[in-house]
Amino acid sequence: MSQNPGLSVSELTCERDERCLFRSLAFSLNSGEILQITGPNGSGKTTLMRVVAGLSLDFTGEVFWRGQPVADVRPEFHAALLYMGHLLGVKSTMTAEENLRWAMGLHRNDLSREEIWSALEKVKLAGFEDIPCYQLSAGQNRRVALARLFLARQPLWILDEPFTAIDKQGVAELEQLLVDHAKSGGMVMMTTHHEMSLNYDGFHQLVLGGGV
Amino acid sequence: MKWTYFHRMASPKWFYDFSGKILPWVGVLALVLVAGGLTWGLLFTQPDYLQGNSYRIIFLHVPSASLAMTVYVGLAVAASIGFIWKIKLADMAVSCLAPIGASFCALALVTGAIWGKPTWGTWWVWDARLTSMLILLFLYFGLIALREAFDSRETASRACAILAMVGVVNIPIIKYSVEWWNTLHQGSTIRITEESTMAMEMLIPLLMSIAGFYLFCLFVFLLRIRAEILSREQRTKWVRHLLGANS
Amino acid sequence: MSLSAGLGVILKRDLQLAFRNRGDLINPLVFFLLVASLFPLGVGPSSDVLLIMGGGVVWVSALLANLLAMDSLFRSDYEDGSLEQLMLSPTPLWMVAMTKVLAHWLVTGLPITLLAPVIAVMFGLPSQALPAVVMTLLLGTPMLSLIGAIGAGLTVGLRKGGILLSLLTLPLYIPVLILGTGAIDAAVNELPWHAHLMWQGVLVVLGVTFAPLAIGASLRVSVSG
Repeated sequence: MSQNPGLSVSELTCERDERCLFRSLAFSLNSGEILQITGPNGSGKTTLMRVVAGLSLDFTGEVFWRGQPVADVRPEFHAALLYMGHLLGVKSTMTAEENLRWAMGLHRNDLSREEIWSALEKVKLAGFEDIPCYQLSAGQNRRVALARLFLARQPLWILDEPFTAIDKQGVAELEQLLVDHAKSGGMVMMTTHHEMSLNYDGFHQLVLGGGV
Repeated sequence: MKWTYFHRMASPKWFYDFSGKILPWVGVLALVLVAGGLTWGLLFTQPDYLQGNSYRIIFLHVPSASLAMTVYVGLAVAASIGFIWKIKLADMAVSCLAPIGASFCALALVTGAIWGKPTWGTWWVWDARLTSMLILLFLYFGLIALREAFDSRETASRACAILAMVGVVNIPIIKYSVEWWNTLHQGSTIRITEESTMAMEMLIPLLMSIAGFYLFCLFVFLLRIRAEILSREQRTKWVRHLLGANS
Repeated sequence: MSLSAGLGVILKRDLQLAFRNRGDLINPLVFFLLVASLFPLGVGPSSDVLLIMGGGVVWVSALLANLLAMDSLFRSDYEDGSLEQLMLSPTPLWMVAMTKVLAHWLVTGLPITLLAPVIAVMFGLPSQALPAVVMTLLLGTPMLSLIGAIGAGLTVGLRKGGILLSLLTLPLYIPVLILGTGAIDAAVNELPWHAHLMWQGVLVVLGVTFAPLAIGASLRVSVSG
């Protein structure tokens, strides 16, 4: 473990309405690593992701970003974080391009049209740039959200079930993208029901037991 | 030193034990003071030269109106403690206090209306105090309804804490604006309490009654929060032990 | 990345969305006109009565129209996950909340304010009262939006938020209403109304200072829920 890990959590306990999801969890995620959270349904995978991202308040313990409590460095942490949950954050009345421009515009303001178009091309949405998202299928909507990964400069990615509604070839490409991101110094924390076939040294798994 | 004391008080078990010890004393004292104050005030004081016997309702109205206000402030203080330091006991206090405050608020409104009939000849006048009390009742209803609306207890308590804090900031603004509105739209009316001239023989039973009502409120609060503690902590060892020992 | 750029992105999108769902833009205005025209039907067309009621009716209708529009402030962002993205952006949440309220006010409160003199004239308010109508609403409707946004934030996670939202919000609207109608009454009676306006200004300063924090906190609670 390095001296100053990217993300680390200690003594993380989530208890909600008298139900304990996980207790005294500790792990760290360093630059170049991919961490897959696994466990049966209802073991708190999504909750853990939301706690780490700072969306869920139902926890005790501490989340650290670069050695400091996240609560003290929230703007820096958010600037370094790309989060994709079950809800995509894709607005149905806006086009694919507008959606991407907005989502990335919250993080960076130097986005060119060519970049957006090439990101959409990479998720096989070339030709759909100007179509309102309510006309796209569920899988296409998800790919609009995934196109953010090609534009992101944030080092830490927290992805909850990113492979849902993506075909086999798309999954393989996405896995490659995650590995490339890690290799270039990024960090990925994710959940998935897919068998991950990663030949990568920085790939770890964390198993949550069904209600300790 | 002080912090350990603070944390001990915040522990539901400690509070349950402690409140169990003082509960009977609070109850007896409340009964004595309320009974004494009301008997004295209702039966053994002179009628008011202006309002006759109808003024006697102040022995009920003033304590309930004062409590309705105090309980909201107490509730907001508990809410902020619970919200900032995440102390469960404080949230239990918030959830117990809202219905108590609402009841006293309703009592103040009803007694105000009953007093209004012989005094103004009508059950309801848009008097500044009664109107403020009515708005306070709406604030209580909002709190109770918001808590009911959530499935998750944790979310409900956080949401209610925010609403209570927003409410308590607004109460003085509401109060002053209503008073100002009242002076703007109608001339001076007879107030339910005349601040300046209150005879000593009225004041003492009134103070007794106020003290009694406050203790009664504390008594009801302790009863409710003890029940709430047992219900929320039913899975802990000490509650199981306690219930096992009693049955 | 500058803060204002991030806020600009949020403001621009919210305005764009509002102009795409034109119904959401027009409905509160129609509602405003409709509620106001119910009063003469309810109390009779006598011009004396209408003159006395006029200021109050304009304000109560504006208040209800604002409340009606409030429920949609965060709802679609909550449902499609945009709110999560907003909360995780580097911009502080209270600034995000402020920007969203501003965008919402531009498409609801401002049009209501501009339409209000029409209703005031229909109730026979004298012309010297019209500036008071516009000015009090110009200062008052942002305040209504700020207070309403706290309630909207608290109820956004609930499926049946609408009626609860009004229960939570309406009592808190009362001081704004009293000051607004007080100023119009004074203007109708040819009395000075600057003092009312200044008190409204005080409320706005208080609101702008504290409400965004409360809105941010309530959004955190709802998203966590």
